[in-house]
Amino acid sequence: MPSFQPSARFQGRTPSRLWFGLILGMLVLGVSLLVSITHGVAEIPLSTIYKAFTAFDGSRDQLIILTIRLPRSLIAIAVGASLAVAGGIMQGLTRNPLASPGILGVNAGATLAVVATSFFWGSASSNLYTASGFLGAILAAVAIYLLSSLGQGGITPVKLTIAGAALTAFLSSLTTGLLILSQSTLDEIRFWLAGSVAKGDFNLFLQVIPYMLVGLLVAFLSSRQITILTLGEDVAKGLGLQTTWVKVAAAVSVVFLAGSSVAVAGPIGFIGLVIPHIARFLVGVDYRWILPYAAVLGGILLLLADIVARLLIQPQELPVGVMTALMGAPFFIYLALWQVKR
Amino acid sequence: MKSWIVIRPQGIPVSLRIDRRVPLVLLAIALTTLLAMALNISHGEYPVPLLDVVKTVLGLETNNADYNFIINTLRLPRVLVAFFVGVGLAVSGAILQCLTRNPLAAPGIIGVNAGASLAAVALIVLFPSAPLFALPLSALGGAIAITILIYLLAWERGSSAIHLILIGIGLSAIATALTTFLVTFGNINQVSLALVWMAGSVYGRSWEHLWPLLPWLIVFVPLALLLSRDLNALHLGEDVARGIGSPIELRRGLLWITSLALAAASVATAGTIGFVGFISPHLARQLVGPSHEGLIPTAAMVGGSIVVFADLLGRSLFAPTELPCGVITACIGAPYFLYLLSRSNKR
Repeated sequence: MPSFQPSARFQGRTPSRLWFGLILGMLVLGVSLLVSITHGVAEIPLSTIYKAFTAFDGSRDQLIILTIRLPRSLIAIAVGASLAVAGGIMQGLTRNPLASPGILGVNAGATLAVVATSFFWGSASSNLYTASGFLGAILAAVAIYLLSSLGQGGITPVKLTIAGAALTAFLSSLTTGLLILSQSTLDEIRFWLAGSVAKGDFNLFLQVIPYMLVGLLVAFLSSRQITILTLGEDVAKGLGLQTTWVKVAAAVSVVFLAGSSVAVAGPIGFIGLVIPHIARFLVGVDYRWILPYAAVLGGILLLLADIVARLLIQPQELPVGVMTALMGAPFFIYLALWQVKR
Repeated sequence: MKSWIVIRPQGIPVSLRIDRRVPLVLLAIALTTLLAMALNISHGEYPVPLLDVVKTVLGLETNNADYNFIINTLRLPRVLVAFFVGVGLAVSGAILQCLTRNPLAAPGIIGVNAGASLAAVALIVLFPSAPLFALPLSALGGAIAITILIYLLAWERGSSAIHLILIGIGLSAIATALTTFLVTFGNINQVSLALVWMAGSVYGRSWEHLWPLLPWLIVFVPLALLLSRDLNALHLGEDVARGIGSPIELRRGLLWITSLALAAASVATAGTIGFVGFISPHLARQLVGPSHEGLIPTAAMVGGSIVVFADLLGRSLFAPTELPCGVITACIGAPYFLYLLSRSNKR
């Protein structure tokens, strides 16, 4: 893990400043939300947004806001926050700066499950897709989690990353196999496959938001224990921590957060990798602060990425998963070069 | 009791010490592979009896005039492509595992596949009218480009093994994102074609695919064999290798080039057939031990036969639909990979 030594950088971080930063972050998030709602193929003035909530008259602009842009923006925020927190927990727990749902194969698991559902049931209801995406994410997360907790002292970051890459390679090759057998499945599912909040269905979102909230709650409640766990298994045990329970709680949280995100928005990579690092850079090593910051920053980043993806090649849209990968992968390489020792 | 066969011809600076098990093992695998090839050729929508397969391949007369066309034009080149692609991937994997001193390394994991896929999918989707022979060239270009990029980025850090792997994973992610973009927006029929290629398949491979692949193998497989002494030294660790007088920077560079060239050529020919480069060296190590003079030819044969078998399975499992052999190798390879990983942790 980077930056474990307390240095001059950390001394200015009083709780009041940290609170200030968090509130500032939420303000930025609010502004981004407004930008996201007003900008798009149709530009909508701010006053219409206000009226849409206070005096709804069923005009085209108001309908666009309430049925398309607001749900889409909220989904982007929730998914971004969930992925970032899930990534933060994974990095803390595995003590691996490269851990994240995308790298470790959770996204690939969900993808395979959704494609398999579409393959075997034809065009299934969106509920079924959600459920299967959830299940796939859970299975992949459990697999990688078991792998990472095998043996004494856990697994090294590099091996875990390679294991994730191998799991991803395996699952995606099965996915490809299914897509080859059925072209109709491919056509139906390929936009989802790239990771997108564009067709985010608000009812679907309402179904999974409880899971996200539970996941976030568990994460925040166990953040103190996770901080202790980052000191190492032995130290944590020495300090009297029930490490098994903390790990189980953290794993449940990761599965809820990552599973529901992938179910709603498809496999969106690199948010879970990048954001925890930025949060750690801002607030230091305490997960009680890292996780809330990660949630806010994750929401901001995915929202902004979605806005850019929407505006870049109008009237077409880039899948936001492609955007985040293009932004996040260079960051991964940077981390690999400078944060991983030989 | 260890016993070795020493090949040390006069006048040529070559010296190979080969485990005595190697010739026998190679012979056994060669026979198995020939059998698999014959089965593969005889099996299909138009079945050909095994005996006629052998006769036709040897150029003898059979009582059915169609056999010549079916076997020599359609099925034989496909089987040979499968075999040689397996050889390339396996040797590449064997070198890579030694260089990185990591039993989990493989060409598919470090980014060569992703680069090749991106270039090939771009060609299929963006230029649907491009001629057939351009596809392997484009894939080769992609594989080489990503390889050079990986090496340049890692160079700054002394090209250590871990960084090469991690940078490969990172660059793969970028390439995969771009591929996904193409898959999302391309014409659906083109995308379907691209997927078949991406999954790794020897479907429809003919002599025109085999000829461009062979020179790569002819140059680089013997080179790998000649360098196997250095592989043995490097396997003991950089410091030891330097200590016993191996010019490691030069040799390691050569070995990297060999490994990546073989992977690139194979992927360019048959798409991303996963896990062959990973699993073959392990099986070979079980058979003939860790000394690379024996390991490399054995791994090559094992790799070739794995792809031939996978192709046979892929063609017969869901007939008449064909599963790409890459899907089959992934299904076999991935569990083994995870098994190895869990075992290496327990130590």
